[in-house]
Amino acid sequence: MSELVEERTQGGGWEDLASYGRVLAPGEVDVSHGAILYLEDITVSFDGFKALNRLSLDISAGELRCIIGPNGAGKTTMMDVITGKTRPDSGSAFFGQSLDLTRMTEAEIAHAGIGRKFQKPTVFENHTVFENLELALKCDKRVRPTLLARLNAAQREAIAEVLETIQLTDQAGRPAGLLSHGQKQWLEIGMLLIQEPKLLLLDEPVAGMTDAETDHTAELLLQLAGRHSVIVVEHDMDFVARIARKVTVLHEGSVLAEGDMAAIQNNERVIEVYLGR
Amino acid sequence: MTPFTRALVGLYTARRWAAIGALMALLLVAMPVAHLALPADHPLHLSAFWINLAGKIMCYAMVAIALDLIWGYTGILSLGHGLFFALGGYAHGMYLMRAIGRDGVYQSNLPDFMVFLDWKEYPWYWSFTEHWWYAMLLVVLVPGLLAFVFGYFAFRSRIKGVYFSIITQALTFAAMLLFFRNNLGFGGNNGFTDFKRVLGYTITAPETKTALFMITATALLAALLACRYIVTCKLGRVLAAIRDSESRLMFCGYNPLWFKLFVWTFSAVLCGIAGALYVPQVGIINPSEMSPANSIEAAIWVAVGGRGTLSGAILGAVAVNGAKSWFTNVFPEYWLYALGLVFILVTLFLPRGIVGLLGGRRPS
Repeated sequence: MSELVEERTQGGGWEDLASYGRVLAPGEVDVSHGAILYLEDITVSFDGFKALNRLSLDISAGELRCIIGPNGAGKTTMMDVITGKTRPDSGSAFFGQSLDLTRMTEAEIAHAGIGRKFQKPTVFENHTVFENLELALKCDKRVRPTLLARLNAAQREAIAEVLETIQLTDQAGRPAGLLSHGQKQWLEIGMLLIQEPKLLLLDEPVAGMTDAETDHTAELLLQLAGRHSVIVVEHDMDFVARIARKVTVLHEGSVLAEGDMAAIQNNERVIEVYLGR
Repeated sequence: MTPFTRALVGLYTARRWAAIGALMALLLVAMPVAHLALPADHPLHLSAFWINLAGKIMCYAMVAIALDLIWGYTGILSLGHGLFFALGGYAHGMYLMRAIGRDGVYQSNLPDFMVFLDWKEYPWYWSFTEHWWYAMLLVVLVPGLLAFVFGYFAFRSRIKGVYFSIITQALTFAAMLLFFRNNLGFGGNNGFTDFKRVLGYTITAPETKTALFMITATALLAALLACRYIVTCKLGRVLAAIRDSESRLMFCGYNPLWFKLFVWTFSAVLCGIAGALYVPQVGIINPSEMSPANSIEAAIWVAVGGRGTLSGAILGAVAVNGAKSWFTNVFPEYWLYALGLVFILVTLFLPRGIVGLLGGRRPS
């Protein structure tokens, strides 16, 4: 399936392929209509407070989307709905054409290919960078296969490739606890990448990073776009301006505006509620 | 080389293998020869006392590495490992009691304690225990099954940390009270003793004792290599990840339940085997082996030697038990004070135990 996706991305158009007759493997993500995630009319309320209010959003395959919004706009709740942590009161959430996220458990969603990075980096501090990636590697994770596991050439290559992508190749043998804050964030992104997710959710990936680390992260995310679909939730407007092609502004649980960064920055309502200028 | 031998050789560096080889030569050749072949007045003669003590300590060392696997590597402190040790001992003890035959005090087919209870025949759960292989099966299965069932419910309920430790402690205490009861059919207070023979050999003969000693040394080596494989393979890294950040591991797609259950059950089985080797060497098994203090002592061995290193666990068991045997000879009444003091000092100043003091590798 992933090869199919790549082929089509390179081919440029998704729409013209939609009519091709094809058998869909069960449990696989069907992106034949171009979008990898559809949220429609999602409402979530906590004790009467509507954290999400008829939120509708769709993300195209291979897209890098930034989501911004003031505190309480529902960004984290939206992530929770996508990853199955929170069940919406109403509305539908589909991963590809066929996977109904509202009916899947967190583990099933993770298995189907949605990876989430939380704000606080959590890596295995006593394990080396390489071992962190080895643990995250996509493979049979039951007891017996783990007991007999030996890395094969392809897996080593996959780890090496991710190390290269997150620029930690020279740190591979160091315990992850000795990495800087930014490096830990990259390692965690790497641990998501090596699970070969189709959609990556990143919650404030540059929070607490130095300028140089932020630069690196921007490069990293731009590199990922096209190969993976990525949703970035971020407060740092400069950072968003650097990486965003399309920005969605959330406000009070629904979409306030959507468009490229310039359009967003000139949008009257956005300026009023969020940019505060 | 087959994949198996390659994996085996890869467990240790050449230097470590040389050290292990030297140690095994000492245990399997030098000590038996010094005990059996040299005349009693020879300066290098090793008395039965030493063979017996060393055999006993090696059984404790097996318990220590089993406990280290679950505590040092997986971060789950069990204060009930004495139970699995005792169950293994009782399972082998059943066979040893049957092997006494009619040589008991009452010259009966039944063990003396059953005659004393006025029982006419063996209860059903003693069936087949006259067969040594069946007793060995029990040695593995009884601690293994108990650990599996107990562990399944405990780990599924996500019982962790001090709560888990307390429950294991309660478990061994409850078992001790149960085994104290005479009508359970395991000899009550006195347990099993006065063994005569094992597999037809007189149990008190120097040759039998030496053979048991050598089997124990071999079993300890096998246990060490098995544990070493577990902690150095990918599963070992998963165990350490459970210890350090279980929730993160779940996000990586692992279910910690089965990993904990595997290592917990394996650890219990090792203890059972250690107990089975211990009983014929010391000649007695009774419920006091299940007393909570015994299990806590095992945790002290591991802490003293160095958690998270297998050699540390063995070293700790040897050092503490060596000191115990010296103390109980010279100042018997001060041993518990000394043990307590050692534990406090190690906790305060040697968080990585003796191995840390020796400048060993940082535990993984």
